[in-house]
Amino acid sequence: MTTRPFLSVENLSVQFPTPDGLVKATSGLSYSLERGKTLGIVGESGSGKSVSSSALLGLHRTSNALVSGEIWFDGTELLGLPENDMRQLRGNNVAMIFQDPLSAMHPYYTVGDQIAEAYRAHNEVTKKEARVRTIEMLSRVGIPQPDRRVDDYPHQFSGGMRQRAMIAMALINDPALLIADEPTTALDVTVQAQILDLLQDLQREFDTAIILITHDLGVIAEVADDVLVMYAGRAVEYGTTKQLLTRPAMPYTRGLIDSVPNVNDPLDRKLHPIPGNPPSLLNPHTGCPFFPRCEFSHLVPDNKCDTELPELVAISPGHLKRCHLPDASVLYGSANDYTPVTAIAERTGTR
Amino acid sequence: MAAYVVRRVLVAIVMLFVMAFTVFALFFATPGDPALTSCGKYCTPEKLEGVRQMLGYDKPTTYQYAEFVKGVFVGRDYPVNDAYREALIANGNERLIIHCDAPCLGYSQRQASTVNELIGDAAPATFSLSVAAFALWIVVGITLGIIAAVNKGKWLDRILVGLTLVVYALPVFFIGNFFLQYVSIKWQLFPYPRYAPITDGIGPWFIGLVLPAITLALFFMAAYVRFTRAFVLEAMSEDYIRTARAKGLPSRQVLVKHGLRAALTPLVTMAGLDFAVLLAGAVITESVFNYQGLGLLAVRANQDQDLPVLIGLVLVAGTAVIVANIIVDILYAYIDPRVRLRK
Amino acid sequence: MSDTLLEVKDLEMHFPLKSRGIITRTVGAVKAVDGVSFSIGKGQAMGLVGESGCGKSTTGRLVTRLYKPTAGSIKFEGQEIANANERQLRPLRRDIQMIFQDPYTSLNPRQTVGEIIGAPLEIHKLVPRQGRLKRVQELLEIVGLNPEHYSRYPHEFSGGQRQRIGIARALTLQPKLLVADEPVSALDVSIQAQVINLLQDLQKEFDIAFLFIAHDLAIVRHFCPEISVMYLGKIVETAPREELYTNPQHPYSKALLSASPDIAQAVTGGRRERIRLTGDVPSPVNPPSGCHFRTRCWKAQDVCATTEPPLQPIVGGATGAVACHFPE
Repeated sequence: MTTRPFLSVENLSVQFPTPDGLVKATSGLSYSLERGKTLGIVGESGSGKSVSSSALLGLHRTSNALVSGEIWFDGTELLGLPENDMRQLRGNNVAMIFQDPLSAMHPYYTVGDQIAEAYRAHNEVTKKEARVRTIEMLSRVGIPQPDRRVDDYPHQFSGGMRQRAMIAMALINDPALLIADEPTTALDVTVQAQILDLLQDLQREFDTAIILITHDLGVIAEVADDVLVMYAGRAVEYGTTKQLLTRPAMPYTRGLIDSVPNVNDPLDRKLHPIPGNPPSLLNPHTGCPFFPRCEFSHLVPDNKCDTELPELVAISPGHLKRCHLPDASVLYGSANDYTPVTAIAERTGTR
Repeated sequence: MAAYVVRRVLVAIVMLFVMAFTVFALFFATPGDPALTSCGKYCTPEKLEGVRQMLGYDKPTTYQYAEFVKGVFVGRDYPVNDAYREALIANGNERLIIHCDAPCLGYSQRQASTVNELIGDAAPATFSLSVAAFALWIVVGITLGIIAAVNKGKWLDRILVGLTLVVYALPVFFIGNFFLQYVSIKWQLFPYPRYAPITDGIGPWFIGLVLPAITLALFFMAAYVRFTRAFVLEAMSEDYIRTARAKGLPSRQVLVKHGLRAALTPLVTMAGLDFAVLLAGAVITESVFNYQGLGLLAVRANQDQDLPVLIGLVLVAGTAVIVANIIVDILYAYIDPRVRLRK
Repeated sequence: MSDTLLEVKDLEMHFPLKSRGIITRTVGAVKAVDGVSFSIGKGQAMGLVGESGCGKSTTGRLVTRLYKPTAGSIKFEGQEIANANERQLRPLRRDIQMIFQDPYTSLNPRQTVGEIIGAPLEIHKLVPRQGRLKRVQELLEIVGLNPEHYSRYPHEFSGGQRQRIGIARALTLQPKLLVADEPVSALDVSIQAQVINLLQDLQKEFDIAFLFIAHDLAIVRHFCPEISVMYLGKIVETAPREELYTNPQHPYSKALLSASPDIAQAVTGGRRERIRLTGDVPSPVNPPSGCHFRTRCWKAQDVCATTEPPLQPIVGGATGAVACHFPE
């Protein structure tokens, strides 16, 4: 008997009808995740990373979005679930934290009130019991003097503390799955480090599955076990962090790695940007969506990249790519003038 | 919070003084002899001079202003001229001296009454009308606005918004006369609306208010449906609504506790000021239904060029707005913690 | 050095704080910039790094005289401009220009791209009207945009393209110094590299000096040979980049570097031992006495609370300076 993974997204599509046409935010997305592991979803604007993750919580049900596919969570299919059952999962078994903690919290209610609200929505408890649990969570996420700060308003917290409070709000019901949508993008780098550490500590303690959405490859490298790279609403590469960052199999991944400077780079390294602009979701390219910007398409015969959408195929166990390139080693070999990724790694590894 | 309130009150008092002075200066800067208008139809030069001295118009403007301000605090006696008063006392006509108790807003020669009395007589009608209209448009307007927002894009929403446009377009006198001529007189659906003071009993008071209140409220109701709809839609598109949903809160709680509370703030501001403006008197409505309120008083005083009454009315109206302003500011601070708690 | 283009000494910017009692009084100040000194040579790029609230953006605005400093000196080509009035500053505005962070809000949506880029030409009356269009098209090409698009509006361009428009505008008057305040933070990752490369090419081609302000250590390192680290309104370390990143002297510099994520991590596997800074940055209204960093520093001793460490040259041959009682 094959058991499904704890979380299994199968062929997810989210589309928005707009006056300008149908916006295909995500198409045919599939991935899986087990408890205690972290999946990093990398993408830029228009990649569909946030939209697809909101679909996991059913947040599109109040909009006019067209959602299809299947989402299996701990044996339950979410897209077909009646709204009331879905609501009971939200904030309880599946929780989400967002990018900007200041706008994500209601300015008129205290932080304690909003966190306790999440607890009381799913548990029959008194106000007092909820308050005790709230203070406990605030302490757990590292907020000093939690019994006093519980009565403060969001604008009275600093950025890092606010995000910690959001994490407390999300984890108060011990969810099995946490979706973090760009949780540290708006924070300073030292605070980001604290938050990432906190998430990992909590994951170890509660065996939470975490989906971390970000555009920052460095964060992925630090924290994610597996990585899903999204482009124009589709998954274009999927594998372990190590696989993707040392042996990328898709030019976009390669391009991302190349265009990001690192603090430990050799000083003469040139940044090699990805040419062109992010894709339009209204009229995506009919062939491979990355084709207009790809510098390797000439290596594929018959102009296939322009006309045919590549399928997601495995090049090694657990490592999937959506690309026509017959031999991915060209992306990390020494056949071009990039500094090969493996060379960087080797150099810093022996430091 | 206390410091905030005290500061607003102090500012308000200063504003009142400035307003009073401005009103005074404006009225006395107008061409035309104020005494002439108070003199009435059959005005002889002697009578004119007599009026002048009676009301103190022969004194310099700054003196008049100072006396007026003093009168607001401690009361005044008319005739203003001390010699006249003493003569009256000497003649045994002391009862002809008019004592105007604090806060004295002036004396109208034309209507032979202190402005305070005139306003005092007219105010209850206007006040009743304002309160009734206010309650009506707040309850109905906001409720319908919420319904429209929640059903955005659907037929119900479109009908409501379309209706508001129609109501906007109908002038108050049209609506008023419609109610009066058709609803009340022709179709006999309602007894003839007549103001009955509340001392006559709640029933008559209420019945007499219904049609005029609806007339006055309709326009505001339309506005409030639109504004509430806009504010609620804006509040519901904020990030914290997404968080509330992601927490698994039931949609009613998301709407009411998170959405409406945020939409409340701009509504409170608007409502406070609209109510204050109403207190100055709803001229057209009062005319149509012959409600003897501040509106009609103002119209008559304007026709007669009765300066003291006009000054008094402007002061009352201005005070209402300033006070409403403070109340709204305080309410705002209470609702929005960011206003009262700055780090 | 006679080659010094910009010299900043003991620069201060204190924003007054009003109390909220019955009568508002000035009760204190936000010491956004609290005694900053550095210099930039002709054609040189200097980086200013720090986290939010450290004062780097304010420093940038002081250098361009968008703010008037409350104390200190700013000398551009030997001329003192800290207290200059608008009239005296006008000719300088040609030499010092600024690039802003947010390409979505820093361009006037009601003006065409041609008007935006051409505005400085109009204001300074440098080029006759007929020549302006030509210059605008020239600039569009320099920054990698289609010169035929001068009549389009900002909303018709993507974020990266809008940032290029902002750069073109800054280049119009052939400035000698460009202050770039977080020029790529608001852009997508793949576009950031394009804009950074563009700035590097422009620097080389037109010999422009840069004050490059950013919070991203990796980007600053890529762009600037000389870097200053700021914390709570003060410079805590200044060093050439090779030395700053391999051998940081100030504890805060070490913590910053340690906190910056690195892709090479993935290869070495696992997570490095990281220096964990506790707590948040203190408020610039009431910074800690003595050394501002002492409340989060693992080396703090009594002297750190009583005496503020001055910015002093690093001992032991390396160039650069550090403000710490116990540098590495």
